[in-house]
Amino acid sequence: MTDADIGVRLADPARLPSIAGETQLRAVLASLAGVDAVGAEARAAKLATRSIKTGSKRAALDAIISMIDLTTLEGADTPERVASMCDKARRPDPGDASAPSVAAVCVYPDLVAGAKHRLAGSSVSVAAVATAFPSGRASLAVKLLDVADAVAAGADEIDMVIDRGAFLSGRLGQVFDEIVAVKAACGAAHLKVILETGELVTYDNVRRASWLAMLAGADFIKTSTGKVSVAATPPVALVMLEAVRDFAESTGRLVGVKVAGGIRSAKDAIRYLVIVNETAGSTWMRPELFRFGASSLLNDVLMQRLRQTRGVYVRPEEFSAD
Amino acid sequence: MSDRELATSHLGAFDYDPAPESAAVARLRESYGLFIAGEFTDPASHESFASVNPATGADLARVSQASSPDVDRAVAAARHAYDTVWSTTTGAERAKYLFRIARLIQERSRELAVVETLDNGKPIRESRDIDVPLAAAHFFYYAGWADKLDHAGYGANPRPVGVAGQIIPWNFPLLMAAWKLAPALAAGNTCVLKPAETTPLSALVLAEILQQADLPAGVVNIVTGDGATGAALVEHPGVDKIAFTGSTEVGRLIQRRVAGSAKRLTLELGGKGANIVFDDAPIDEMIEGIIDGIFFNQGHVCCAGSRLLVQETIADEVLRRLVRRVEQLRVGDPLDKNTDVGAINSAAQLAKINELVAAGEAEGATRYSSSCELPAAGYWFAPTVFADVSSSHRIAREEIFGPVLSVLTFRTPDEAVAKANDTNYGLACGVWSEKGSRTLWVAERLRAGVIWANTYNRFDPTSPFGGVRESGFGREGGRHGLEAYLDV
Amino acid sequence: MSERLDVRKTYKLVINGAFVRSESGRSYEVRNAAGEFWANVAQGSRKDVRDAVKAARSAQATWWKATAYNRGQVLFRLAEMAEARRDELASHVAAAEGVDEARALDVVARGIDRIVWYAGWTDKVAQVLGGANPVAGPFFNFSLPVPSGVVGVLAPQESSFEGFVDTVLAPLAAGNAVVVATSEARPTPGLLLGEMSATSDFPAGVLNVISGLTRELAPALASHEDVDGLDLEGAGADHDELAATAATSIKRVRRAGGGDYAESSTSRLRSFVETSTVWHTIGR
Repeated sequence: MTDADIGVRLADPARLPSIAGETQLRAVLASLAGVDAVGAEARAAKLATRSIKTGSKRAALDAIISMIDLTTLEGADTPERVASMCDKARRPDPGDASAPSVAAVCVYPDLVAGAKHRLAGSSVSVAAVATAFPSGRASLAVKLLDVADAVAAGADEIDMVIDRGAFLSGRLGQVFDEIVAVKAACGAAHLKVILETGELVTYDNVRRASWLAMLAGADFIKTSTGKVSVAATPPVALVMLEAVRDFAESTGRLVGVKVAGGIRSAKDAIRYLVIVNETAGSTWMRPELFRFGASSLLNDVLMQRLRQTRGVYVRPEEFSAD
Repeated sequence: MSDRELATSHLGAFDYDPAPESAAVARLRESYGLFIAGEFTDPASHESFASVNPATGADLARVSQASSPDVDRAVAAARHAYDTVWSTTTGAERAKYLFRIARLIQERSRELAVVETLDNGKPIRESRDIDVPLAAAHFFYYAGWADKLDHAGYGANPRPVGVAGQIIPWNFPLLMAAWKLAPALAAGNTCVLKPAETTPLSALVLAEILQQADLPAGVVNIVTGDGATGAALVEHPGVDKIAFTGSTEVGRLIQRRVAGSAKRLTLELGGKGANIVFDDAPIDEMIEGIIDGIFFNQGHVCCAGSRLLVQETIADEVLRRLVRRVEQLRVGDPLDKNTDVGAINSAAQLAKINELVAAGEAEGATRYSSSCELPAAGYWFAPTVFADVSSSHRIAREEIFGPVLSVLTFRTPDEAVAKANDTNYGLACGVWSEKGSRTLWVAERLRAGVIWANTYNRFDPTSPFGGVRESGFGREGGRHGLEAYLDV
Repeated sequence: MSERLDVRKTYKLVINGAFVRSESGRSYEVRNAAGEFWANVAQGSRKDVRDAVKAARSAQATWWKATAYNRGQVLFRLAEMAEARRDELASHVAAAEGVDEARALDVVARGIDRIVWYAGWTDKVAQVLGGANPVAGPFFNFSLPVPSGVVGVLAPQESSFEGFVDTVLAPLAAGNAVVVATSEARPTPGLLLGEMSATSDFPAGVLNVISGLTRELAPALASHEDVDGLDLEGAGADHDELAATAATSIKRVRRAGGGDYAESSTSRLRSFVETSTVWHTIGR
């Protein structure tokens, strides 16, 4: 087989259901098939046995770089650190111009303007986490201000968090309305909706939250903030990729997936690419529709890349830490 | 770029380069003798035959053709070992031999996986992740029973049967050897094992392992050959018990042949497993389960879920997803670590599959076959799904033993049960639903030895496996698997 | 050529997979059967018991969540490790029990075979002790044995290896985590086995081995309310009082037995097992 495309057949976008209220939303989400945890985990584990070698590995490593949202979300972040990260985002391997730029840098809103300035003229987007990241514990008014602030500073993408408490207690309309409002506040900026799957716990919840976010207008659905102990896992990514695939088939709209938190090695990242490839299909194998939210991953990918070029393993210090 | 443009462009196509396991790992010898009384010996006839790699058609090694005198010798060696050594070896000591064998299989697992894939044609992923680890697990599990037979539920101090003649098929060569040998040895029997004609090599590597384990000579003897060798074993008066896994047709012959003797018999035969899908099933996992159910090991599985019974309300949706998934299967070089479906085991088996698929088309079923490219050499069949199948079609009744699925529909649980049971076989069934109560209701009514719910083709040494009706009798695996090898 | 001087070992407790001196800093002198100095071993305290119970509680979930097959492999690995150090174990048994080298080797061999016996039980306990119950109604009803949880073991005072193995491995094989107080006067064979467990793929905290004075350790184990079961095999004179103390938190108590550590009965295995029964409806 030469093409692993699963052949998504897009429906007419006109079929996108308009959600009139919480009752209808509940009905749509309840109509989704359940996820058998044993089966989903077994499928993810089986895909993890794919062996990606030689040319396909090289292509995968470059694809991973181009899909990275290079991220720093620490209280200790400084404009200097972000500037350095932006330089790295633009040209990850100073010694090799063939290494692609990353997709975006991801920072707190107050650092957006500086990042935007530093990245001027590059293909790299600036993403800001907003809506009272990471807990989402603020009033809607505050969250919208947070978003407006980031957008005004030039953010190309907004990573918002959903109100997990509202979702888990069944206030689905509230979660939906918040996403709709944030989407409106984003204007032209792309909206990534963080589900914080580690707090949703079950795969059924992940599937339903994915659909809820997509129905509310998310451009991307994202696994995690990276701030809770359980972040992205392969079976969670599997379930979310099934969701975007099925959503595209039933509504005609393509939604991206971002996995974030705990992905540190090229090997892990390649496993995610395999899941993308064999679940949603080759359509999703591009930065417009799949992202890695990560910081240390980039250096490991660069080291693997250099290993392929030089034929030997290289020191970690080959690439700058920030 | 619009969504539509994104969806139809192929910028991101991600193909996997070949990732072949090395065939050299197999370390095959040029030829193998018969393993009798702890040594590899020449057959009386000095005749041999080639074991062929079904993925290429190339010869792998020469294997000895055992005839009656060789079987005599093997049975005599087994009897001698039984009388002089094995029947007086304590359970605790037998346990340690079995643990040794388990460990040696683990140590040589990569080699065994490659041998199995070369000889059988199954994907290396399966031989590596399923066949070989499960074979080791069977020895581990039954090792534990060897000194605990008093607790197995067959009364105090149960005695072994004696010399067991064991005939195994070509679909899981090493695993079936483990299923047969481990409980027999744990219970204190000695064995004469006859591997399948087309897949004898992993059993011969196992013979080397038995030597490394210092298993006393004659406790296990391995005679290779064709059907005549098996017949000689079945009819040998020195054999106390016959265990056979294979086709219902041969099972019938064997049962007839031992009918006039005191030989004990267990038979694990064919099947036409129904995989029943209700409309509340977890759909993505269910699709994977259907795929595993029929395309695992190229469908060369007696318990394969070869009949899919789908609730009519979701039949179109399931068929659409299934066909899409079939198209994704990677068919080809069994040694490639990314291969999902390997080679058909033999020319004869391929001819049988072709015949039944032609019958399916002639009877009016709708055929969907993967558009995958098949290798030019060797024996191959593209994964295939037949829709619009009715219960009377040959492809709904006869065991195809290949990568071919027949899809039928039903409307109510009662109809699903009736259709599932509309077969002479009764080995395994699957039920897919998130409603446990109904799953158990259906399971109670299915005439099958094994019923999987929301999964398929699961095997574990602790779990008994075997059929009802023309799928055979007797159980292998679990506590129940001991009974066949105990005089109780 | 001058004779080479031995490198001697300090004997430590095994708590949460780490080798620690007692939290109290104390040690005590252990003598061989002839009354000669054999080793200084750590003298565990109530606080060591507390730390061990805490470690055992968190490890038990991990241990039980592992497959029965996996637990069997881990126990078998322990037998492999013990076999490789058979001579060392035998020298300790000989010193502790005052038997000759050949007899000590026999004792060790039987102990190792006993580990193998329990390694084989992990995936059979459910098959022998569990089963389906044909209730009168449309229900699928089945009972499964589940471990009690954290089991405190007072290892036999006399049988320093064989008895230690039997009392410790039985609850482990059933899926419990164990805190064992070794024989007071003959602690080193048990401490050695604890050491081996740390190189046998045991999750940290599943087996915690504490040497010390039984009169200190036993009440600490008996009174600890987060200990679910107590094997009083080595309790000695305070046996009945300890049994009474254990009643406060309704512990499962196994009274000291006849000292047969190789019996073909499942009695010890069944001592720290609960039965969990599930009812499920059957209907269309």
